[in-house]
Amino acid sequence: MLLTERRGYIDCMMLEKCCNNAARRKRTMSELDNSAEAEKPYIDIQNLTKSFTVKGERLEVLKGISLSICKGDVFGIIGLSGAGKSTLARCINRLETPDTGRVIIDGVDILSLSKSQLRRERQQIGMIFQTFNLFEAKTVYQNIAYPLAIRGVKKEKRDRRVREIAEVVGLQEKLSAYPAGLSGGQKQRIGIARALANNPDILLSDEATSALDPQTTLSILELLKDINKTMGLTILLITHELDVIKYTTRNMAVLEDGVISEAGRTGDIFANPNSATGKMFLKVYSELQESYVQGGGI
Amino acid sequence: MSLLNTSFWEVFKASFSPGVWKEIWPAALDTLYMTFIAALITLVFGLLLGIIMTLTAKDGLRPVRTFNTSMGWLVNCLRSLPQMIMIILMIPVARMVLGQSYGINSCIIALAASCIPMYARIVQSSLLEISKGKIEAAKSMGSSNLQIVLRVLLPETLPSLIRGFTVAVIAIISMSALAGNFGAGGIGDIAVRFGFQRFQHEVLFACVYVLIIIVQIVQFAGDFASKLILKKRHLI
Repeated sequence: MLLTERRGYIDCMMLEKCCNNAARRKRTMSELDNSAEAEKPYIDIQNLTKSFTVKGERLEVLKGISLSICKGDVFGIIGLSGAGKSTLARCINRLETPDTGRVIIDGVDILSLSKSQLRRERQQIGMIFQTFNLFEAKTVYQNIAYPLAIRGVKKEKRDRRVREIAEVVGLQEKLSAYPAGLSGGQKQRIGIARALANNPDILLSDEATSALDPQTTLSILELLKDINKTMGLTILLITHELDVIKYTTRNMAVLEDGVISEAGRTGDIFANPNSATGKMFLKVYSELQESYVQGGGI
Repeated sequence: MSLLNTSFWEVFKASFSPGVWKEIWPAALDTLYMTFIAALITLVFGLLLGIIMTLTAKDGLRPVRTFNTSMGWLVNCLRSLPQMIMIILMIPVARMVLGQSYGINSCIIALAASCIPMYARIVQSSLLEISKGKIEAAKSMGSSNLQIVLRVLLPETLPSLIRGFTVAVIAIISMSALAGNFGAGGIGDIAVRFGFQRFQHEVLFACVYVLIIIVQIVQFAGDFASKLILKKRHLI
């Protein structure tokens, strides 16, 4: 396991070098010094724990998660329902405040930010959801313009950006429509456009394709890969679908009951899964594939 | 003309006579005025109170526990008063504020005092209808609480807020008729003075027509507006 992690790390490092040019974030001098060391991962999660109290019972969801993700990476987190995947993603933009641990993004400790600093930081972290969470009172245009509008971006600049990003996700024809009248795939495209409008550095995808049919899923994943390539965006993909991970990510981690049971290059883990969940996923996956081939049902 | 010694048909015909409507028109205008002003006050303060109660609730955007609990307690107290008692209670308040305890303006205070807490509760339940995910999405984009309220919460729940407001306006109309009994004037006053005390049932009939028409118009307008919005958003 250590070996695979190491290899994944080296791979990450090479990627980081390529993507450093694409870094748009303004860095202070001290941060520049840090990046010169090139040792620092872009998203660094250290020893994260989180528990909820449900009906008087303490429920530990995250039990000490440590994870580092490189800039420009497409990183997948897979796990069963209730493993804590969503909670982990929500800790990154502090929609959920962890009990202990640190989340450091590009040298900034997210948990130490004040409320207004956090709001500014969140503008650099896009997020898309399984249920899309679009504003039904707003047109597609207004949905995409929302993050710009709350930041006070000037109207002409906002208009230009909305049209630009709508073209990236292929929605330029639908700008005046309301989301409720569109298909699931189109809705998720709005979600992606809205998340990207601010030109963020990171995109968190919380089960973004889980409510979509296979073909639409494929087109959304294509889009994500494309965005990753053209914009140098770091993408964190939370999912329970093996296909999604395999198709999209370069590195991945398996989350098992609140702990990371393995992490490394996606190809390596698929070739040689060590954790119980990883093995189980692959077993079910291969069995399913077999039953497709045999054309059999249950 | 009373139903005691005249046939229903005769009373019904008499209820359309110009003599009756000479009494009714100014009273109807008074009722409309009372309803309009009270509805406006209710809208503003009910909305504010409802938003504040939703925001400060335990799982709201900005929980303030003790404040929220005492607010809820106050609203419950005000709501537990029957409208008639509220009208009587507000008589000294009206005298203090306006220097006069009777008349349409004084009655508006009672109407508002009774309907603000009611509309606040309706607003609260409307705002709670919004899916948590939308709020979370807004948060994840870096919205401030004020931006979430003004740009997400209110627009998203607008159709439901309008329907709730319709209910509140109709409650105000019915209460204004009751207030007529306590020196407020308006349709309720006419109905009680002529229809009840003088057995002039043709006047009572005319009052009923006016009230039905006003309520129908309000209900229709509310339904129409909320449906129009839902249709525009492709939600129905």
